[in-house]
This record gives sequence, structure tokens and C-alpha cells, in this order.
Amino acid sequence: MKLRTFKGGIHPPDNKQWTAHKAIEDCPLPEELVVPLSQHIGAPAVACVEVGQHVAKGQEVGSAKGFVSVPVHASTSGEVVAIENRPHPVGTSLPAVVIKPDGEDSWSSNLQFTDPGSLTSDEVIEKVRQAGVVGMGGAAFPAHVKMSPPPEKPIRTLLFNGVECEPYLTSDHRMMLEESERVLQGVSLLQYVYGAERVVIGIEANKPDAIALLKKQCADAPVEILPLEVKYPQGAEKQLIAAVTGREVPSGGLPMDVGVAVHNVSTAAAVTDAVMLGRPLIERVCTVTGPAIKEPKNLRVRIGMPLSHLVEICGGLIGEPGKIILGGPMMGFTQVGFDVPVVRGTSGLLLLHEEDVTKNPEGPCIRCARCVQACPMNLLPTTIAAYARRNLVAETEEYCAMDCIECGSCSYVCPASIPLVQSIRHGKAAVLAKKRKALL
Amino acid sequence: MSPQLYLSSSPHVHSGETTPKVMRAVLYSLVPACCVAVYFFGMSALSVLLIATLGCLATEVVCQRLMGHPVTIADGSAAITGVLLALNLPPTSPWWLTLLGAVIAIAIGKQVYGGLGANPFNPALVARVVLLISFPVQMTTWSAPAPLGSGLDLVTTATPLGEWKNAVMLTGEMPAAMQGSMVGYFLGNMPGCIGEVSALALLLGAAYLLYRRILTWHIPATYVGTVILLSGAFWLINPARYPNPVFHLVTGGLVLGAFYMATDMVTTPVSTRGMLLFGVGCGLLTVLIRLFGGYPEGVSFAILLMNAATPLIDRYTKPRTFGTLRQGGGV
Repeated sequence: MKLRTFKGGIHPPDNKQWTAHKAIEDCPLPEELVVPLSQHIGAPAVACVEVGQHVAKGQEVGSAKGFVSVPVHASTSGEVVAIENRPHPVGTSLPAVVIKPDGEDSWSSNLQFTDPGSLTSDEVIEKVRQAGVVGMGGAAFPAHVKMSPPPEKPIRTLLFNGVECEPYLTSDHRMMLEESERVLQGVSLLQYVYGAERVVIGIEANKPDAIALLKKQCADAPVEILPLEVKYPQGAEKQLIAAVTGREVPSGGLPMDVGVAVHNVSTAAAVTDAVMLGRPLIERVCTVTGPAIKEPKNLRVRIGMPLSHLVEICGGLIGEPGKIILGGPMMGFTQVGFDVPVVRGTSGLLLLHEEDVTKNPEGPCIRCARCVQACPMNLLPTTIAAYARRNLVAETEEYCAMDCIECGSCSYVCPASIPLVQSIRHGKAAVLAKKRKALL
Repeated sequence: MSPQLYLSSSPHVHSGETTPKVMRAVLYSLVPACCVAVYFFGMSALSVLLIATLGCLATEVVCQRLMGHPVTIADGSAAITGVLLALNLPPTSPWWLTLLGAVIAIAIGKQVYGGLGANPFNPALVARVVLLISFPVQMTTWSAPAPLGSGLDLVTTATPLGEWKNAVMLTGEMPAAMQGSMVGYFLGNMPGCIGEVSALALLLGAAYLLYRRILTWHIPATYVGTVILLSGAFWLINPARYPNPVFHLVTGGLVLGAFYMATDMVTTPVSTRGMLLFGVGCGLLTVLIRLFGGYPEGVSFAILLMNAATPLIDRYTKPRTFGTLRQGGGV
């Protein structure tokens, strides 16, 4: 049977064998937790505790500021020892609440079990917001905003992303296997909120155990488990929607424009905790992997744990790392060191040796069109990149640079090793700058 | 932190495909055709191959030295130009003509534009056409194949397409009997350019390139398909005058052109629709030149003309961006 998929894309080696079979392990608490106030798309939270104050696990330490914002919470109980700028995965120092754990790890007494049947959909959304739930696939967009589409954009299809197409990462895979009940509870809660006609969990066919398990558990539920072709970027929102529904999110639009909402499977599990237990998003599963780590693992980590702690728990490094990547190898971000903390969007920590880092010298474009065939957005990456590099902003925009999802497929296939997606990012920034200028 | 920690924009992995690897694969794919050529035309074909290839490499080195650019002959592109040029020359091509072709191909066909990736025209074809126009006698002196060990000498004769054109010019009709058979043409037993002779050997190499995904079907299929359809239409209208499509396929430079010359990545469109259009254009021009032009063979001219149209084709065949209704964006 031919599996559903999208047009374009690439087949990088998935390298999931390091951790795919490994059960999630709880990561012990470190000496210090650094909880950044900005871990999501939107306005950063504002600190609402003071230095020296004792906080309980799950207590709010930063309040949301505005609608597109979420609160942040203490990941364990302990003392607030500092509120200051600390290194952040985005590459700069940003405000963070630093907590010294007291070792009790005791939950805040304010958190209660709720029977979801007694809640209205607005109450569910409010609980999700209070719990600081954001998209856990990496983009970290506040879930409550997604859950509140305007009435003129009804959601007909509710889609759950269990694709995990990034090589190396297995955190969503393990979540579906080990926490399937939490995931499916979240699925039905979100279904209740959206009132969607169709509910689908899309999973790449390279996770047959997860597909079989969820199919069995959803035998009587109105939830479709849909295996998808193994191809990167199958898990990109627009490509997933195209594969499942056959519809394309319009250029510049949102999934709700085609009546779809997409949530990550791990986000669904976080929704369950938020709604049923009142527990905020203070932990997640993070795949620590790569050739430069002694024991690759799927760790259940608290938000704010420094990467150095994760490395230590995984047996330390093998040799010197050549590249420290937060996220997967296709879209992850390189880090300057191990002192940045885990945040809500940290799906993986990938450690490469210097010899694993591709350093091919860049050559001239031979117009081989591999990038054109690979582009899942049907763009002309080489053309856009060439314009962007010459700072031809109007042409960059004309060739639809703003539609680029920055999946990196073009750079991956380029035989001339041209940093295509990097150039396109620069081009997009230039287009945005021009637009902002035009508005002034 | 260790001094060799790399920071970069994503992606952090690469397919491992490089330009030199692509070029080397193209060179490997030409080995069968070169072997067949040497088999049928002997040492003269071998010397043309060697002179053209070494000439191209040397010209590239000289040009890049003169311009103060890094020397990049290791990328294999100049060697490909050399081999393709040799395949587009008659086996009797004198050494000076071959060498002149090599210099033209690299200096005028490629380096003046800025080297690899910047040339609008297929460098080997630029050289072939310059030579064809400048030295018509040497460039159209064909010899019948003399397979190795047959003891035959190379004897001057006409190509099948030339044979047909002469007859049509004189009598307005097909020649009563051609010198060779279709099967013989297909295997390479016919007079012609070094690389035109064996469609079979060329197709073997092309199959390898298709398997390696260096070649896509778009241009060769549309090119050959258009030739079949258009030449077939003429043949059905007047079989006494026009040769059948199979004749068009197995003679002349069609297979070499469609699979190797018209698929030069640098000088052809990048979008799928652009490639399809390019192939159709090449097919139309080839048949028109063959049937109604002054030259018996039209493949080189057809491809060069379509090379010239490539920027325009690229401009008008922007793919339909995902999430838009019209090509080139806009909902």
C-alpha cells in the first residue's frame, strides 16, 4: 500500500537506532535549575517571585504578559536564588528564574485533580493557558492560542503530529509507546474543545510499534491512526496537513484556514496533565544522543536543567564535541556550551564529533535542481538564495522567500554545499525589514 | 570549551553528494560510449578523446591562472567537457582541430562567463558549432567504421542522415537503399561523430546516471518523444520522402544530445515544467533542422538555441508555490 505523503522532501539517514528502543528514564535533579522567562513564541513572562523566596513545584514564577504569552513555573520545590540574565538556547542571555532545589520536590498545594467532564471548553483552554502548555515539537507556540480559533474558522480536522521526522530524535516515539494513555486522553480533551469531525494521529511508518499500539488502544475511539511515508519534513505542519487532508495551507495563512489544527502528541500529553491534574508544563522528554555521548538516552527532564547535567547523566562525553545541537540535525540550533538550560521546546540534545561535522567547501551552483526537487514548498531555493545574497530584496520576495519553512532540505542535498536555507533566512529577514520600513 | 566547536545555521547534516562526485559519475557513464567508439574507429578516436580531454584541462588551468582564480580542474567538469567535445567530433578530426575545439570550449564557452555554473551555453557544443561553421570540410568528413581487428581502413563516406539529405536534395525522395541497417545503427555500426555511433552504449551510461539520480527523465524523454511524434507525423504524411522515427532515433546525435548534451545541468532550466518545455523545444528544432535545414543534423543547433532560451523558460516556469493557486506565488 502506498503511504500518504507530500511532494518533495529528502531521505536523510534517521539514526534513531541509538535511542528508539530505550525506555524513558527520569533525570535526577541538578544543583540548580535555570527557568527562562521566555520559552515560547510571544511576549516573555514577567517574574512574579522574589530572590530568597521558597517556591513549590508547579508554582508560577513568571506571569504571562498578554494573550500570546504563557506563564512559567518552578520545575521543583526550592529557593529562588537569583532572577537574572542567563545563557538561553537562542544564543544570547535572557532573564531567568534560578532555583536551588530543596530536594523535597513537593508539588504546590494549589494543584488539584479535576474531572474533565465537568469543564466547559473555555475552562479547558484556560487550564491549558495557566499550565503554560506550548507546542512541544520545537516551535513552542502557546497551545491556548491555537485552541481559540475565531468562530468563522471552524476546525473540521484535528491532527496530531507523531511524525518525528527529524533524524536522531525519539522523544515523541517513546511518548506514544510509554505514555499512550496520557497522549490519548489529551487527544480526546482537544477533540472536546475543537469539536472536530475528524481526529487523526499521523505517524511515520518507521515507528510500527507506536502505530500498532495506538491502533489497538483507539480501536473503539473515533481516532484514526495514519501511517505516513518516511520522508523529511513529513512532520512540518503544512506538509503533514497536505499528506493527511490533501489540502494546502494558503501562502501566509494558518492551518485553521483549511479547517485544521495540529498539535504534537507530546503537547497532547501535557494538555492531559494541565486539565486533569492541574499540573503545569515543567518537564518533557528529551532525546540525548549522537556519536559524542557515552550512553544515549531518552530522558524525562525538568525545564531549566542545564545541558551539562544531561550530559553527566548520560555517562559523559566521548572525546571533545564538535557540535552541540539543541533539537534535531535538520532544524536544531547549535550552542556555544553546555550551560544553557532545557526549555519547553527542547526535544533533543545532539552531540557530534568534529569529524561528523560536514565542512565541504562551498562551490558554484551547477543548477542541478536537486534543491528544487527537494523543496517541500515547491520553491526555487537556488534562485531565492542567489537573490538574497545579492541583497535583491524585491526579487527575493517575488520568488516567494517568505513561504520557505526553513526545513533545510535544499542545503542537505546541495552538491555544491551552498548554505541555501541560511541565505534564504537572510533574505526573509531583509524582506521583513523592508515591509516594516514601508509601514513606518 | 574546546577550540574546534562548530557553530552554524541548520541543517547540521549533509547528503554527502558533491560536485566532483556528480562529475565523476558522468565521466564513468561515458566509458561504454568511449569504448565502443575506440572499437569502431580505432586509434584515431582514442587520440581525439585524449587530445580533447587534455586540451580542455590545460585550457582551464591556463584561464584560471591568468585570471588569478583557484585552479579547479579536480572538480571534473573540464574533463567532461573534453570527453563530450570528442564525442561530438568526427573520428578523423585532425589534432589541431581537436585542440582548437578544446580551447574554444573552455575559454570561450565557459571561462569568459565566470567558469563552472556561469556559462549560458553548453561549452562542448559551442566548440562543435564554431568548428562546424569554420572548418566545414574537416568537420563533415565522415568515415565508415573499421572495427578493431577487421583490418579495414577508415574510408570516407556519408552519415545516414547525410545520405538521406543528399538524396532528398537531388531527387526529393528517400534514397532507394541505405548503406546500413537499423540494428547496425543502434549498435554503432555507422559513420558519424565519435559519440553518435552507439545508441546502445550511450543508453547504458544514461541508465547509470538515471539510477544515480544525476539525470532525470524529463529532458531526454520529452526530447526523444517530441522527435518521435513530429518525425512520425511527417513520415505518415509522406513516407517516400521522410524517414521513419526509428531512423531519426538511432542515427545522428539524438541519443548523445538528448541524454548528455541537453541534460547539462548548468545550461538547462531548473524547474520540472521548464525541463519539459526545454526537451520539447529541442525535439521540435531538431526535426525541423534535420528535415528542412541546410545541415543534415540539427541536434547541436537545437540544444544551443534552447540554451539561449533557458533564462526565459526559467522566468516563465516558476513552480506553483505550495499554498498558492498561480505559478510564482499569489493566491
